[in-house]
Amino acid sequence: MAESEDVKVLGAWPSPFVMRARIALNLKKVDYEFIAETMHPKSELLLKSNPVYKKIPVLFHKGNPICESLIIVQYIDETWTSVHPILPADPYDRAIARFWAVYIDDKWNPRMREYNMANTDEERAAVAEQIFAGAKLLEEAFQTCGKGGKWFGGDAVGYVDIVLGSWLGWIRVTEKMSGLKILDGDKFPQLAAWADRVCAEEAVKSVMPEINKMLEFGATMMARLKAASSAK
Amino acid sequence: MADEVVVFRVWDSPFSYRVELALALKGVNFRRAEEDLKNKSSELLLYNPVHKKIPVLLHAGKPIAESLVILEYIDETWKQNPILPVDPYERANARFWATYVDDKCLEILWRACWTRGEEQQKCISEAGERLRTLETALEGKKFFGGDTIGFVDIVVSFLTPWMEVLQEMARIRLLEEENYPRLCRWVRDFSSCDVVKETRPPREKLVAFFATLKPPN
Repeated sequence: MAESEDVKVLGAWPSPFVMRARIALNLKKVDYEFIAETMHPKSELLLKSNPVYKKIPVLFHKGNPICESLIIVQYIDETWTSVHPILPADPYDRAIARFWAVYIDDKWNPRMREYNMANTDEERAAVAEQIFAGAKLLEEAFQTCGKGGKWFGGDAVGYVDIVLGSWLGWIRVTEKMSGLKILDGDKFPQLAAWADRVCAEEAVKSVMPEINKMLEFGATMMARLKAASSAK
Repeated sequence: MADEVVVFRVWDSPFSYRVELALALKGVNFRRAEEDLKNKSSELLLYNPVHKKIPVLLHAGKPIAESLVILEYIDETWKQNPILPVDPYERANARFWATYVDDKCLEILWRACWTRGEEQQKCISEAGERLRTLETALEGKKFFGGDTIGFVDIVVSFLTPWMEVLQEMARIRLLEEENYPRLCRWVRDFSSCDVVKETRPPREKLVAFFATLKPPN
């Protein structure tokens, strides 16, 4: 067990970004204090520790704030080095892992929101095609990164597992709300099996919110977004 | 050669420039593979099938895409003249500012130079705020990387000469000395580094190139 070094995570339960920090700390067996952010309005602590973005998560370690989930996960990996490496050892493999993390966050996951916000069947069909094209790439990436192992990280949960795994709850919410089967076991067997595996993994399970709670939260958020966009 | 280094690039891209500057800083020999973005090579499409974009670094036959990912790979592969700090907290800070530049500065700075009228005024105002935030990262330091050029300096290198040329063409001045003394000083210090002088595209060539891109009316 790593000694407690005054590690705190400022966050909120619905956020997949916050989940990443917590999964990484769990994998490293680092004890931490979870501080629930008030959000509306944003707390003094959040505004002070992340003045640039004013967003969660913020990781506190030895009094220093670290922001941005991918940066936090890498910080955790580079600080607690003797337990469960998160990024691969080889520089090329690390580059590939980083590449897919950026792809997932910048290109693939935004499609889910696009799908939810689409107003016509044509729009939905077009976005669905992009979602499936992305899932196909990730199914292939699973083979390349995982090298035959159970995870993107190979034999152990790694960087891409954390990055993509943290979106699973919301992907499932999108599937339930829209009726679109994204992680289709027929189309993407490796990805679908991996998704079940990730959700059952101890380090993830303990911080993944319960689906009904997420559905309720998702519905409220969607209503707010749609009202805002139609008000424009 | 088994460990040949190739950079798929275009001469005017600030993104492929980042990669070339990093390799030059480390004294790594590499071959430039110039791309015509209107007629992309089969190699580029092979090496970056997902995005089909430059830059791509090819090292010993293995391709890497995305400039920030490439920079980290370069730093981890060639250990001389480190680009990122050793300390994890300082590394986190460097990564933070690099992604801030990419996510929050690039596009708005570009749009401030290419839009007109009311939209331009909005962009200029927003760009100003972002630059003000970026300026804070230089407090007490010559370069973002400290005494020598580092990760963030490489990432923000588009400020000179690209942004200088674009501002001149748009007849706007975003980086005023009195508002951004640290950033203006950084531009001078960065520009006077030998490795920068030797690797950056010629200003006149950029002027001629940007003149061929028409801004919207």
